[in-house]
Amino acid sequence: MEEKFAAIVVGAGPAGSTAAYLMAKAGLEVLLIEKGAAPGSKNMFGGRMYSHALNQVIPGFWAEAPVERPVAKEIITLMTGDQCLSISIQDLSWTKPPYHYHSFTLLRAEFDAWLAAKAEEAGAMLACGIRVDDLLIKDGRVVGIRAGEDEMLADVVIAADGVNSLMAQKAGLARMFSPGQVATGVKQVIKLSPEEISRRFQLEGNNGAAQLFVGECTKGMQGGGFIYTNKDTISLGLVIKAAELQKTQHKIADLVEEFKHNPHIRPLVEGGEVVEYSAHLVPEAGLDMMPQLYGDGILVAGDAAGFVLNLGYIVRGMDFAIASGQAAAQTVIEAARNNNFSRQSLSQYAKLLKESFVLRDLEFYRKAPHFLENRRMFEVYPQLACGLMSRMFTVDGSPPAHLLNKVLSQVKESQAGLAQLAGDGWKGARIL
Amino acid sequence: MKRLTVEQLLGINKFMVDDEEAHIVLNKEICASCATKPCTFACPACLYTLKENGEVNFDYAGCLECGTCRAVCPKEGAIAWGYPRGGFGVSFRYG
Repeated sequence: MEEKFAAIVVGAGPAGSTAAYLMAKAGLEVLLIEKGAAPGSKNMFGGRMYSHALNQVIPGFWAEAPVERPVAKEIITLMTGDQCLSISIQDLSWTKPPYHYHSFTLLRAEFDAWLAAKAEEAGAMLACGIRVDDLLIKDGRVVGIRAGEDEMLADVVIAADGVNSLMAQKAGLARMFSPGQVATGVKQVIKLSPEEISRRFQLEGNNGAAQLFVGECTKGMQGGGFIYTNKDTISLGLVIKAAELQKTQHKIADLVEEFKHNPHIRPLVEGGEVVEYSAHLVPEAGLDMMPQLYGDGILVAGDAAGFVLNLGYIVRGMDFAIASGQAAAQTVIEAARNNNFSRQSLSQYAKLLKESFVLRDLEFYRKAPHFLENRRMFEVYPQLACGLMSRMFTVDGSPPAHLLNKVLSQVKESQAGLAQLAGDGWKGARIL
Repeated sequence: MKRLTVEQLLGINKFMVDDEEAHIVLNKEICASCATKPCTFACPACLYTLKENGEVNFDYAGCLECGTCRAVCPKEGAIAWGYPRGGFGVSFRYG
């Protein structure tokens, strides 16, 4: 007789492992399947996780999890060719109680392996190096998965297989995304000594920094650059909307090298050794690309459900993934109690997500993806702001002008008029 | 700091190449009808190249499995996209 599980989770990323951990802890028979040779070996992200969601699931997780640095400093940098203008905030309360490590920089190979091991410790069966090829569907409901010759049955399948969710598509819950709905992220991990990293970013001890860049680094294309400081590496990369890469002839692999060699950036990474080059898609359209979250015998969680929020100055994904894995687990635990895995029963998942921050926040910022399609954000405004600040600090013997006149003439020089600037500013303040 | 080519960058990564099965397969006829061929510049690993006869060539060995090609390809059916078989493909040591 074939073995049957209560739940099969496809993908041992943060969503899948969280779901498997909680379901196993509740005593369910859980199979967690990962295509990589080890959990985390196929996973990649920019570099930072907000802690609140995992802290709900595993309170004080940082004491045992392989985290890199608690982020104490946030920097936003606007860049033109010669100029860069940074706004920086350091808040040490982010690294102390009661804020309890507000966010951490991480490296996913190690971190995801740890979270999957937690699921395993709780009793889930972890199977790595197995690619799930198809869903088993019987009488319109998902009853298991097929991997090569093997078929495995379950009351419910959780598709936590990432942004390219072939499972959600096979279940008929998701459509193929458009290039305007996803961004390509590329990253180089650069090795440097911990002391050197702390010195270059002006950090004390093991505190970390997160820096986002807008402007020249993407050649005005929608997207940006990022740097996250890890213990003894720096995560540096670019994220650019796939629709932009489709239109232009820029190669993102070249752009990231150019970014790294930019005179504003090079001093931060000089002498470091590149130890990895990676790429990944980011679901960026929010609710616009959200699939049907549940069907008969199936739930969709994490990136597969498009649970990412990019506000330009904040990028979140892992906290959504973890909370959606948690909601999926709660739903399945309840469904198992009632022995009912119908669509109707699993609709509880959407209800839980609505009650949690996941759909609340995505709903609150639902216009953000559209607002950030405004190209002025990536070219005109960085130039305007850098130009103005540079002018304020330039002394060259030319006649002086009052600050207001400097502002007005700088706006006039830019391609955006005052009305447009005010309009974008107003919209931004209301949407972001 | 020396500038690194994409080949050098990929050379740093750890790959377990599946010699028996390509996980991404092109339909060259459909590719031939594509005017813009965005895969040839959007792929972060630069694995899509144009041969002298104008045919698109894809080398799955250095694939980062991101799905950008799948997202930018304007021709339906041109790319049969999947992940490598279990345990094969790129293995991120940092991620």
